[in-house]
Amino acid sequence: MTRTDLFTELTGLALENPTILAAGVLGTTGSSLRRMADSGAGAVVTKSIGIEPNPGHRNPTMFKLECGFLNAMGLPNPSYKEFRNELGIAKESGVPVIASVFGAHPDEFSQIIAGLDGADAYELNVSCPHAGRYGTAVGTDPVLVEEITRAAKHAASVPVWVKLTPNVTDIVGIGEAAQKGGADAVVAINTLRGMAIDIHSGYPILGNRFGGLSGPAIHPVAVKCVYDLYQVLEIPVIGVGGIANYQDAVEMMMAGARAVQIGSAVHDSITVFNEVTAGLAQYLEDKSMVLDDIIGLAHRKVGL
Amino acid sequence: MIPHNAVITEVIQQTPTITTLKTDIKLEALPGQFVMVWVRGLDEVPMALSHPDSITVQRVGEATVALSGMRVGDSIGIRGPFGNGFQLKGTRIMLIAGGVGGAPLLPLALLAHAKRLDVTTIIGARTGNELLFEQPFSQSGSVSVATDDGSKGYHGFVTGLMDRFDLESFDQFYVCGPELMMKNVLNMLQVKGIEMRSQLSLHRYFKCGIGVCGACTIDPSGQRVCKDGPVFQADMLIYSELGKYHRDATGKKIVY
Repeated sequence: MTRTDLFTELTGLALENPTILAAGVLGTTGSSLRRMADSGAGAVVTKSIGIEPNPGHRNPTMFKLECGFLNAMGLPNPSYKEFRNELGIAKESGVPVIASVFGAHPDEFSQIIAGLDGADAYELNVSCPHAGRYGTAVGTDPVLVEEITRAAKHAASVPVWVKLTPNVTDIVGIGEAAQKGGADAVVAINTLRGMAIDIHSGYPILGNRFGGLSGPAIHPVAVKCVYDLYQVLEIPVIGVGGIANYQDAVEMMMAGARAVQIGSAVHDSITVFNEVTAGLAQYLEDKSMVLDDIIGLAHRKVGL
Repeated sequence: MIPHNAVITEVIQQTPTITTLKTDIKLEALPGQFVMVWVRGLDEVPMALSHPDSITVQRVGEATVALSGMRVGDSIGIRGPFGNGFQLKGTRIMLIAGGVGGAPLLPLALLAHAKRLDVTTIIGARTGNELLFEQPFSQSGSVSVATDDGSKGYHGFVTGLMDRFDLESFDQFYVCGPELMMKNVLNMLQVKGIEMRSQLSLHRYFKCGIGVCGACTIDPSGQRVCKDGPVFQADMLIYSELGKYHRDATGKKIVY
């Protein structure tokens, strides 16, 4: 089997393999995104971009725990006007570049998408758990998610993905709202709300006091969310949460993910995309399977 | 890792603007590695280790002003060590320290001396009383100083002082200081065709400090200063943003 057998068609985009750099990770500059594409990512998602320049939260903004990572970056970004140039540099990589965008209401999403043209798709960040009136503040309301998605679809001439928060009672309802609004795919999941306190002093460690949990700890949560979304939605589900090796990726695809995103795992290995891709190719060869055989396999095993 | 609690055991005023804080924590680190220093309730900033148990701070912003005002018994949070550190190469080396850039170079000088390398240190500062670690560096080899105002040693920049040495006779150059100084040193070595013998420690705005967020990546390589660096060899820097621009907390380019 060769790498080309990992070719993935995703919402009309052609990916050489189904691994995608997740939003908010090594996506601040065009050259960083290009580096991740060069190191094997089938597509890359930018840092979330907003209307105005934003320095984000005070440090500490991220640290490693035994079970994963806590972060509260606070959506730092230089504004869509400033980021246009970086998007152009990222596109030199040749892989699809997806612009992650955030706003407080539908008009802001439309404005950014119109102003940040040239992306191969847009990923709507309605799920950042620590960003005031943005992110989860809009992503927990199915009516708003549907409106934002519809506005984004109207503004965009390319596919629109909606990234969902797990910090809701029922993620499927939010996924359905995105689908109803015209989303081409959903991405699940963003980080889980979390917090750590310094026992020497009593201070919350994150500058923002609380933030989002990522990494291995949330993988089973993400698998369950993807599993549930796949069961109900007609649009593709892109799985993200704690994927660090090909086994994690296979599991996520068996839950129903058409492609996977990888974020925190770049901490341990900057070449994680090549490792996951090589492992996935070998796995499929050993099992004499193709990607379509494993996507949603868990559902077929127990009956849809 | 979450921050270790580090209690300050000694405060040493090095220069009018630079303070060393000794703590009750000793970190096993390579010279040139850094730690993230958390001033609780305020901010967290990257700092070089000037000794396994010490950081050396120049007052430049809110967090460093707070650190400079700390007293024995106060505590800070420390995560690290992070980054790659310097690599000793050859038998005859030159260290070029500008301002507080001497902090990560001091442990390198001590290690090189212990390994019996021939160490020459050049220290630059704006003025004589801002020269950092002149005495400790002299325990590892010869020291020459340059000041912008001529109040001590060579009157001018470190590159002018370097010109007085037979630079080709050095196996490796280790540089840490203000970015434009480092760029000038690199240019000078390049003119002589020996730039590949240099290792430079970069400073960028850090957020996560652990190679995930991307705030400190440099153009055009996309290398992460916090994880792939902070020490880079010349090949990563010659055609880079070094000396041209850096980025602020939003990711916007700030031209030098």
